[in-house]
Amino acid sequence: MSNAISLRGLEKTYANGHQALRGIDLDIKHGEIFALLGPNGAGKSTLIGAVCGLVKATGGSIHIDGHELPRQYREARAKVGLVPQEMVNEGFESVLSSVRFSRGLFGKPPAPKLLEQILRDLSLWNKRDDATMTLSGGMRRRVMIAKALAHEPQVLFLDEPTAGVDVELRRDMWAMVRRLRDRGVTIVLTTHYLEEAEEMADRVGVISDGRLLLVENKTDLMARLGRRQLRLQLQQPLTQLPADLAGFPVELVDQGRELVLDVARDNQGIADFLRRLAANDIDFKDLHTSESSLEDIFVELLRKPA
Amino acid sequence: MNFYSIHAIFRFEMARSVRTLMQSLAAPVLATALYFVVFGSAIGSRMAEIGSIPYGSFIVPGLTLLAVLTQSVSNAAFGIYMPRYSGAIYEILSAPLSPTEIVFGYVGAAVVKSMVLAAAILITARVFVPYEVAHPFWAFFILLLCAVSFSMLGFIVGLCVDGWDKLEVVPSLVITPLTFLGGSFYSLNMLPPTWQTISLFNPVVYLVDAFRWAFFDVTEFNPMVDVAFLLGFLLVCIVIVGQIFRTGYRLQH
Repeated sequence: MSNAISLRGLEKTYANGHQALRGIDLDIKHGEIFALLGPNGAGKSTLIGAVCGLVKATGGSIHIDGHELPRQYREARAKVGLVPQEMVNEGFESVLSSVRFSRGLFGKPPAPKLLEQILRDLSLWNKRDDATMTLSGGMRRRVMIAKALAHEPQVLFLDEPTAGVDVELRRDMWAMVRRLRDRGVTIVLTTHYLEEAEEMADRVGVISDGRLLLVENKTDLMARLGRRQLRLQLQQPLTQLPADLAGFPVELVDQGRELVLDVARDNQGIADFLRRLAANDIDFKDLHTSESSLEDIFVELLRKPA
Repeated sequence: MNFYSIHAIFRFEMARSVRTLMQSLAAPVLATALYFVVFGSAIGSRMAEIGSIPYGSFIVPGLTLLAVLTQSVSNAAFGIYMPRYSGAIYEILSAPLSPTEIVFGYVGAAVVKSMVLAAAILITARVFVPYEVAHPFWAFFILLLCAVSFSMLGFIVGLCVDGWDKLEVVPSLVITPLTFLGGSFYSLNMLPPTWQTISLFNPVVYLVDAFRWAFFDVTEFNPMVDVAFLLGFLLVCIVIVGQIFRTGYRLQH
């Protein structure tokens, strides 16, 4: 079976000479949620634009569900829905007619029932006759999602879906993305909120300066690069680490007031370590464990020279 | 050719003009009606007939064309510039549309608007001045050809300009003066010889001539040459639009 999206050597150099994409190879499988992470200006939106027809690639190839762009643009484009990053003001159009327009534009026959369902899912149904310009920012964002879903795309691109969006809408959006995934829709989202990728994505790609630094399963990535630490605040500061603890990956910080232990993800060693502390009469007043987030991993990755 | 796609664009455009009926229909009809009141009824009666045509009637075809040409350019230009400006163009670009379908949607809507406008003006004119149409089929055909080719021109303008202010440059600074000087209000024979020669380089002269011929069966050139000229102009516009879509100029980054 062909991939939902397949990119080979994708390049984009803008007219002003800026090289936004420097040879991207990427396969996105059917039915997965793929998060494209990267700082501002890394090339995320250019990549989405190239796949969705907003940007003319200057090199490489794009296949959507096996259809090559731009040669088989009809078959390819019909499968893709896009929610762009920039909010668009549709002006006086009502919500319903705007969504109806989107469906027609993609060459699909009218489907009032389906559109009603989409609007209900996005809590827009009772706003259907309102002009989009009278809606709040969050509501307009929902309209843009409804428009992207109106033609029943197999692949949905969400470019920074939750930038500047309130908590409620963000939760709704995550729930919606999961429902879509359950229906078999492939989802590609870009974000610089790592929390979002961590919460939702099956796989993560990190892009920086037009290059993909890595593509990996989120859980593998967290396991490989994630760290857990046990931190103990001591009753009495220590001047140096007791020799008895030397075998542990432990550090004395904060002028001897805190012990920091690196823990394997399976928590091996914590019990051992605590027994050894007790044996050495080291008392602690508080302890907590912390786990590195995708964010820490990400910052770490970008700091390393690519 | 996907009917649903064309229909979606067409309907969107028509909905926009229905919302702005005052601006898209009432304003040009009123403006033209004022011309007929002034030149037709008020001072028209003191002007000599041109050929055997009363002055008020003589200006009907030219004034109708003036409105059709400027409104075709404005409407089509606005129609495609608006989504470029607001960013809504992303949807057009990401949809499985061929350039032909996009043009049919936008230009088709602009043409229909112009034809409705022309009908409204011709009906209004009939209230103030008498006229009859000698060649109704040709009148319709020439009008349609003008609406199509100038809507194409407007579409090109809307694709190429990069600001609201430039949108009206072609209709107000090019089409309107060319139409005024294109024999809408006078016969070229009334001009001094030098100006007659200069007028021959004004393309609108031929359109007014052809359209007036369809009304009154009088011509200064050959109406078929005029029509051929119009067809050639349309062809040039089609080639330019094709080129814009092929290169993605001003559409894709």
